[in-house]
Formats: sequence, C-alpha cells, structure tokens
Amino acid sequence: MKLAAEHKTGLVFFPAFDWAISPTHPEREERLLYTQDQVLEEGLLDIEGIEELKPEIVTEQDVTRVHFCVPDVKHVMTESHFISAGCAKTIGKAVLDKKVKRGFSLARPPGHHAMRVVLGARGFCNVNVEAIMIEYLRKEYNIRKVAVVDTDCHHGDGTQDIYWHDPDTLFISLHQDGRTLYPGSGFPYELGGPNAVGTTVNIPLPPHTSDEGFLYVTKNVVMPILDDFKPEIIINSAGQDNHFTDPITKMNFSAQGYAALTSILKPDIAVLEGGYSIEGALPYVNLGIILAMSGIDYSRVKEPLYDPDRYRQTPEVTMNIEKTGETVLSYWQNRNKIAERMRDKKDFDERKRNIYYDTDNIREQQKETVKICPDCAGALRIDSTSDRGARLLAVHIPLRACGKCRELGYIWYHSADPSSYDMVFLQDRTEDKYLKG
Amino acid sequence: MIIGLDVGGTHTDVVLLGKNGIEREIKVPTDESDLFNSVLTGLEKITYNIDPSTIDRIVLSTTLITNAIVQNKIPEVGMIVSSGPGIDPEYYRTNRFYYPVSGSIDHRGREIEPIDRNEIEKIAWDLKKEGIRYVGVVGKFSVRNPSHEQNIARILGNFFDKIFTGHRISGSLNFPRRIATTYINAAAYPIHKSFFDAVKKSLQKKGLDIPMYILKADGGTTSLDASTDFPGQAIFSGPAASVMGAMPFAPDIEECIVLDIGGTTTDIAVLINHVPVLNPVGINLGAYKTLIRSLETNSIAIGGDSSVSVDENRKLKVGPQRAGPAMAYGGSVPTVTDALVVLGKIRDCDKDKSFKGIESVALSLGIPTEEAALNIFDNACEAILFEVKEMISRINSKPVYTIHEVMEEYKINPGKILLIGGPAPYFAGRIEELSGCRVGVVPRWNVANAIGAAIARTTCEVALIADTELGFALSAEEGFREKIAADFSMTDAVKTSFRLLTEKAIKRGACESDLEMEVIESFQFNMVKGFYTSGKNIRIRAQIKPGLVQGYDSIADTLTV
Repeated sequence: MKLAAEHKTGLVFFPAFDWAISPTHPEREERLLYTQDQVLEEGLLDIEGIEELKPEIVTEQDVTRVHFCVPDVKHVMTESHFISAGCAKTIGKAVLDKKVKRGFSLARPPGHHAMRVVLGARGFCNVNVEAIMIEYLRKEYNIRKVAVVDTDCHHGDGTQDIYWHDPDTLFISLHQDGRTLYPGSGFPYELGGPNAVGTTVNIPLPPHTSDEGFLYVTKNVVMPILDDFKPEIIINSAGQDNHFTDPITKMNFSAQGYAALTSILKPDIAVLEGGYSIEGALPYVNLGIILAMSGIDYSRVKEPLYDPDRYRQTPEVTMNIEKTGETVLSYWQNRNKIAERMRDKKDFDERKRNIYYDTDNIREQQKETVKICPDCAGALRIDSTSDRGARLLAVHIPLRACGKCRELGYIWYHSADPSSYDMVFLQDRTEDKYLKG
Repeated sequence: MIIGLDVGGTHTDVVLLGKNGIEREIKVPTDESDLFNSVLTGLEKITYNIDPSTIDRIVLSTTLITNAIVQNKIPEVGMIVSSGPGIDPEYYRTNRFYYPVSGSIDHRGREIEPIDRNEIEKIAWDLKKEGIRYVGVVGKFSVRNPSHEQNIARILGNFFDKIFTGHRISGSLNFPRRIATTYINAAAYPIHKSFFDAVKKSLQKKGLDIPMYILKADGGTTSLDASTDFPGQAIFSGPAASVMGAMPFAPDIEECIVLDIGGTTTDIAVLINHVPVLNPVGINLGAYKTLIRSLETNSIAIGGDSSVSVDENRKLKVGPQRAGPAMAYGGSVPTVTDALVVLGKIRDCDKDKSFKGIESVALSLGIPTEEAALNIFDNACEAILFEVKEMISRINSKPVYTIHEVMEEYKINPGKILLIGGPAPYFAGRIEELSGCRVGVVPRWNVANAIGAAIARTTCEVALIADTELGFALSAEEGFREKIAADFSMTDAVKTSFRLLTEKAIKRGACESDLEMEVIESFQFNMVKGFYTSGKNIRIRAQIKPGLVQGYDSIADTLTV
C-alpha cells in the first residue's frame, strides 16, 4: 500500500506560538499546539503530495484593498494579523499558480467577523483573512466568481458585510442559529444588497445539529447553489467550533463529519477560522480536513470517546433543518424576483446598523448608501460614527464599477464636508487606488 | 593519539592523529564484498610498529549498515505497531512480519485504549515459530507516554534475543518515521554487532585493546557499546566525516559551504558559525524516512569520474553516471578528470588517452578540443553550484512558527566555500570565479574525511516535555519521568535537560570536561481550562553541539597544504 495524496495539497501552518489576545483568552498561543503535535506525529508532511509552504506577509495595500482601517492599517493590526492573512495569500497564490491543486491555511488569528470598516477587533478578528486573499487573487489572477462557504459555528458576519453588495461573490454560511449564539445574525432572509440579491446565503442550524444535519444541508442546499453559481474557486472558512467538544458552542459535529463535508465540498482553498476545543477537537478535525482535501482515506480518524449514538440529532432537529433548507433554496430560486422588488425603481438603497466590537468593546453606528445599478455592484458609501468619537465617511468603488458609479464615488469622496468628518476614505478598486483625507 | 577511519566507495582512508598533527596516513582499496577485511587491513597498517598504549581511541565511519539496508541484505525481524486512530498503519508496513495491534495514546500522553495482552502473546508465538529473534515495538505518541511500548516489550520478554522500542530512538514526533527507524535498528543490529565484535576481537588478538567509537550521520561519535542499540545512527556517516574534516578550516563567525568532490558524487553541507546545519527531522535512506539525526547534506551525481557524452541534440552531458575511472587512468569513457588533464590541471597520467577521449566529444560538438574540455569543466562546476543554490534556498524556505522568527527573517548567505576530496584543488579556481565566493581547499584534502572522523566529538540530544497540569516531566527517550510541582519553570526544565544530556553524553563516550551543551528549541505555553490558566506546557530540546574533541580543536594550525 502506498500512501500518496490524490490531489497535491499545500499547507501553511502558522500557530503563532508567541501571540495571544490575552494570557487566558481562547485565542492564545496554545491553540494550535496539539494540532501541530498531531500533524507531526501522523507524519503528514512526509506524505507525497502534501507540501508545507512558508507563509509570506501581506502588505498594507493588500489590507486597504478590503478594509477601511481606522485610523490606519498599522493601528488595527498586529504582526500576527499580517502573517495570518499572509498565510491565506500564500495558499491562494500556490493554488492559482497551480503549484498545488488545493491548499489549507492553518493559521491564527482568525478573520471572518472583520467587516469592511475596522475600528478594532470583533469576535477575536481584526481583519478579514479570506477577503484580503480573495481581493489579492482577483487583482493578480483576474478571477471573477468566487464562492466562500463558511462552516464556522458562528455566523461569518464580517465576510457577509464585505460581500453584501457583490454579485460576483457567493457567500454561504452554515452556523448555529443566531438566536442562540454570537454574533446573533445570519438568518435566511439576509440575502445581500439590492445589486447582489441571493449571493448571500444563510443557513442557520439549531443547537445539537450532528453530522447528519451538516451533511444534509451540504449535499441538498450548499452544493445545488454552488452548481448554479459556478464559481471559479471555492473557499472554505473552516471554523472547527461545531465540534461536540467545543466549549463555546452547542453543536454535535465530529471529525468524521468535517472530513466528509470537506470531501463533498471539494474546496480549492480552506482557511482555518474559529475552534477552541484545542485538545479534543482541533487535532482530529484538522487531521480529517487535511486528509480529505488531499484525497487520502480518513475513515480511521476518530476523536477519543466519540460515540455517534450519543451525538445523534433528534427528529425535531432534523425537521427544523429540512425546513430551513427549503426556505433557503426557495430564496435562491426566486432571487431575481426578490431583487426586482427590492430595487423598486429606487436610485439608492440605505441601511442603518449598530455594530458592536465585542473584543475591543466599541460601538459603531453605520449608515450605508448604495447606488442601485443594473450594470455593476454599485458605488457604496458608509457614514460611520462610534463611541470612540471619530466620524468617518468611507466610499467604495467596486472592482467592475460602471463609469457612472465610479464617477459618483469620486463625487462623494471629494464633496465630503471636512467639518462633518474626521476622516474620509476612498477605495477605488477599478484602479487599485486607495485615498484618505 | 587517535585513529580515524573512513570507508569510501573506492578507498578506505585511515589517519593516525597526534596533538602535533598527522603522524601517519594510508589508503587501502575498499572491497565492498568484504568490508571487514578493508577495515582490518586499514587498522593493521596504520598501527604497524606503533605502541598501542599511545592510542586513545579509534573512530570508524563505515558503509556497512547503509549498504546492508540499501541492498536489502538484512534479516527478518518482527514489528509490532500500535497506532490508535489516524492514518491506517498498514501504509507504514516495513516487512512481512508487521502487526498493527490495539492500544492508543493521545497527544498529551493519556491512555485512550489499553493494549491487549492476549493479542501480543499470540503474535509472540507466531514470530517465535518463524524463527524471528529481533522485534521492534512502536506506538503512536510513545514519546509522550512510553508505557504501551514498555508493556508490550515486557510481554514479549524472554521470547526474543533483543527488543527495540520506538520511544528510545528520538524525542521527536513522527510515528511513520519512528516505525521505519525502529525497523532499521532491529534489522541492522545483528549485522552491526557481529561485524564490530569481529573487528574488536581481531584487534585484541593483535594486542590492540583500544576504545572504539562509531561516527554518526550527525557528525558526532558514539561509543561502540552504546551504538549497538541504535545501529541506524551509523548510516551515512561518510558525508559527516568530510564535513567534520573541513570544520577546523571554516571561518568562526560566518556561513560556509563544504563541498566534498568525489569520484562519483559531490556532497554539499553548510556550516554556520563553525557548526554544521542539521537536518530538522531525520535522514532518508532509500525508501525509509527516519528520525536519525544527521547533517543536512545534499548529494549530486557529479564528480571527477562522471562520464561525459553528447546527446542526439548535440548537447553536452556530464554525469550522472560513472562508467569506471577516467581514461587517463585506464578507463574507457571520457570523464571530467580527462577534461582537467586536457586543461593542464592534472599531469602525471596518461595524457594521450585523455586527449583522445575529449577529442571525440569535441568532434561531436563541432568545437576545438580545448573548448570542449573547458565546457565540460564549467558544466560540472555549474551543476554543483546550482545544487548549492537550491540547498541554500531550501534551508531558507523552512517554515517557522513564531512571529518573532517571521519578522526576523534570518536567511543564510554563505560567502565562503571549502573544498575537499580528490579533485578538490583542480576545481577551486573555477568554483571561485563562478560563485563569487572565497574558495579554500582543505589541507590534506584527500584524507580530510578520516581526519574528520578522528576529531569529531561525541554528540547526542535530549528532548524534555514538562506538563505542570498533569504534573510530570518526561523524556521518554532517556527513560526519564519525574513528578513536578506546579511552579516548575523553564529554568528548571533547562537544568533537568542538561542533567539528562550530561548523563547520556558520558554514557555514549563523551569526556566530562568536553560537553558543549546548548538548548536548540524551547517553548512554553500556558494551558487554559475554561478561562483560567491550569498549567504550563514546556518543551525543550538540548544537544551537545557537533564539534571537535578537546585538544584537537586547533589541529588546523598543524596541517598545511
């Protein structure tokens, strides 16, 4: 019997052994220690077709392509964030350069709660690792349609925010029902902005969902939507806190389940997100995901004391999941009709939001205005105030903006009243140009 | 005085080294089919008319075990492998008598599933029936808790001549490599033992009762007695011998490349501040990936005897095969050495034959003979330097796991190259021109490998893990486990590991006054349960630095070209 990867798989491993949010915070030095032990002891890095890559560091430009960092990039990021985002970028490049078929970035800290405007850390995240990678890949490799499937137990509200208006990015999140867990969002009716209705897909799952439920929605909801959307690459935000041993969530997913989900989803790129059962889950879940990505038999990966009978989901949970699946699919199928209704001959769409940065205890109020545009993702302006005092205006011109939206973006930026705003930002993605006034 | 002996593919080199330099040096032809005779002849010749009491020790570097494994001339052994969950251990099957068994230990060393005594006893009977005498026992995470391996070994008890347990070979995590290395040790054991017992006996008969040492792949030595439990350590000691021979001439605070240019191959190694770069995991031997500590060396199939040909596209090809000696020395195919003859670098040989050989190459290429010779030579130099570059880039692209290391971004950039081996002096000038590095030829380059074996210090490594939550410090490899208090600190861990290292080094034949110890890896983690710190997890690796034995470290001064 010869052990070799069926798909050449790249791994970036960056446990940041010298960084923690605070000494006893779940996001701490020890988090990937036992995962590294397991990966080393299993000899994964010796397997033909599995290759460990050395991470690079992202540039400030890579970050400003995605985020409005207040007051600037250096203030909201530590070195660990530059490296963690760099790990994903390294994997993305390796996949698109065809050095590897697939890749997995096992790095920390995570990123999927970081939104477009960054005043500080939310849900242990400062900047959105996946978005930084995606926008870098779009610039360097000219790819267009991207799908992000977020399997972290918490709703990926940051990624959702960044791609809310982008019809070229399909964001699908599977997570524990927002009524029972941080950040409290991610309901099926959250479908994306008027220019991108349907490309945000939320699949909330009830507490105590087990392998059966996760695999059911993956096969019956996620895969059909992906098949319709036809992305050029699929990215998995591979949070591991759905595990039955996770201390801060209530799901019953197993290492076998994660591996099976991975082999159904076949992501080109996986990026580790949350997961804080660092001894009982991560070593086994990561092992299962790596084996599944590389196409190696994972049937013998099992966490100690896992008993499928004990974690079987109840018929009520099954019914609940099936119903949610139907709702989500019906939204997807009717997305064009819903879009028409939302646009309703308006020129602009507005939404007002309160955003709480739990890690750094900041409260932000945003008023977001998007140009309803039949030709592009629409110019976007965000008017933000917070209890930190500063008011800012952030203008985003999307990558494939039409001439009118581009012009509108610049008008917004230049006509901002300096007496009302402490800071004015412009992201001109069409020219990869970023201004601050 | 010390005797250093290095068995090479064509010659066995032997030197007798005194504090004032080389007292005697000889070369005897290597007979691969009778290494015993080659070694014994070498030792007899070097000690002829020398008072045995003036010789402190003999250090041997042989190809015995490497050859036995590569040629698969090893006895059948039994392998018992306990993996628990994970990759199917069947993938790591080493041989016919390979038995995956129950039992499981997790990453923190906790027992997840016990072993099954009946299962082991049944296997023992099977193996016994097959006439198996040596057995390897390997468990996943046994370096975190060796009790399963120990219990299995105990059950096998008196059934077998010798039992090898995986946790004793290395403190590193890597289950598949632990299996392969334990297998190599078990299978090489009888070969190693009978060979060196025979050498010892023959020497004693001649009144040469001198302590014997074996050179290891990491450029250090170990006493012959200690080596019998880990005969795998002796594989690939040849490149290590050369590097140690070059070491006295390496700059103190700089990075330096060592090129050992032989007949068939050139071995490349790197010294940083006088210390050789070690392979981070372990050496590869044929299909076996092991945990055997070794120097980071890279071998390229280019040497003095590499044959030269012209392919169908009229492109010059140097190497990779060797088809006998150079034409200048009676061979039938033109070689790099023949090109060196044409270029006037080598005299004292049959020049006409070299010219004839290179002429035929020149004719196929449609260029003058001199130019062809120059092209061949450059081609060989460039191939070697290309490989050097690759190796440096490989060392520099090794992943790191802390922010500190990423930000520091330490990269090696050697400015000096040291050459050893037969053709070394002929290559020096051109390598210097092409590489832009300063190039030096190691004095007595033709026996530098034997000198290296003689002056290498005894080395070893210790890995210690301390878990204050579970309340123990463990070095499975050393058979050490001690209860520790909650306040056990990094300083305590370093102290403990140095103590273990000292004991181990002395047991392996080191001199107590010559233990240059250093910590090569240290991490400390707060372990958190809920939102409270529940303990510390400390991990340390310490080693005796590979280097030169006391009293011989200034040997460079006594050797001149």
